[in-house]
Amino acid sequence: MIEFKLPSMGADMDEGKLLEWKVKPGDKVKRGDVVAVVDTSKAAVEVEIWDEGTVHELLVQPGTTVPVGAVLALLLATGEMPKAIERKKVSPAARKRAAELGVDAERIAGSGPEGAVSVEDVEKARAPAVPVDRNVEMRKAIAAAMSRSKREIPHYYLSDTVSLARAAQWLGAENARRPPAERLLMAVLYLKATALACKSFPDMNGHYRDGAFKPAAAVHAGVAISLRQGGLIAPALHDVERLPLGDLMKQLADLVKRARAGSLRSSEMSDPTVTVNNLGEGGVGSVFPIIYPPQVAIVGFGGVRGERVVASLAADHRVSDGHRGSLFLGEIARLLQEPEKL
Amino acid sequence: MNAAEVRAGVLAELRHIAPELEEAGLAPGKPLREQVDLDSMDWLNFIVALHERFKVEIPESDYARLGTLEETVDYLRRRLG
Repeated sequence: MIEFKLPSMGADMDEGKLLEWKVKPGDKVKRGDVVAVVDTSKAAVEVEIWDEGTVHELLVQPGTTVPVGAVLALLLATGEMPKAIERKKVSPAARKRAAELGVDAERIAGSGPEGAVSVEDVEKARAPAVPVDRNVEMRKAIAAAMSRSKREIPHYYLSDTVSLARAAQWLGAENARRPPAERLLMAVLYLKATALACKSFPDMNGHYRDGAFKPAAAVHAGVAISLRQGGLIAPALHDVERLPLGDLMKQLADLVKRARAGSLRSSEMSDPTVTVNNLGEGGVGSVFPIIYPPQVAIVGFGGVRGERVVASLAADHRVSDGHRGSLFLGEIARLLQEPEKL
Repeated sequence: MNAAEVRAGVLAELRHIAPELEEAGLAPGKPLREQVDLDSMDWLNFIVALHERFKVEIPESDYARLGTLEETVDYLRRRLG
């Protein structure tokens, strides 16, 4: 029996509310299928499954809030036959509390080993639904992630002014022959240049977990996207170092659209290996960004001023030093001078 | 197409991007991007929407001519002929 658990979709997530099942018992699923929609404090996220099998039982009802790691559903592996009905593991204290509260303990998602139901699970299941103020929840989530970052990560900051004359000229010529829907934004050049630089500087791309840095094989660039109602979200574009600019632009447009519509996927929330923060044409001239844990670097681009931009880097001193950081920023600047090669 | 019709179309497309937009809140003579807080992706989506709605070409080199709401309406009317 395969347990499908609520995945963590970011350093700031410790629980989620199941909004909808996209599968029912008997459905066959494969890796990457969207099986449920879960509301995190930041967005409604389409949760993918990374196992293959047949849905056997949905353990959590829509509307229920469960902790990260709670078993949401049971699947039968390919060829596996269902066992006789298994009795749900409910601790005696939880069973007693459930009876007091008039809650059916058998229907609660357990957060213990093998989905065992605890007293806390019973009380949580019974807690009345409180209307969620998305802005308040979003601020809490950002506060949690950024506080953790500033508490745990010894940041160092570097910045340099980069000429965008060649990039702007190339982009202008390129966009002149593209219909509006296929035009490229400077942001796409920033993302590609950062991703390619990450391939040369693997100590900027990956995760710091359990006291050690683990470089990532691919570059999944987190894109900081501000939301109109306030707050921001930084989901991943996958394999940016390998994508042609046209494809990257399409994926960026789609990601921004879905981030703002609240339909992101769990892998997009949990996968970024480095983040790019672009303040765009308007606004201020530079940014000193905060690393999104467990990542180890974030690259910022300020507002464009007369074909120049201030590129900045915040990196994790446990993993790299200022010298490496300056070479990394220098590589991004160099790549931006040859936009036709991106 | 008269100015009022073009203006209504422009505002409808703006509202797709910024649903909270209120026409009364738009100060005349002030750049739309600044007033409606459109980032570069919003702006591109706005241009794509105008291109599709009015069937006019809007080269990137003309973006500067679509500053305020009035300028945008004038520009589109000229392109519409």
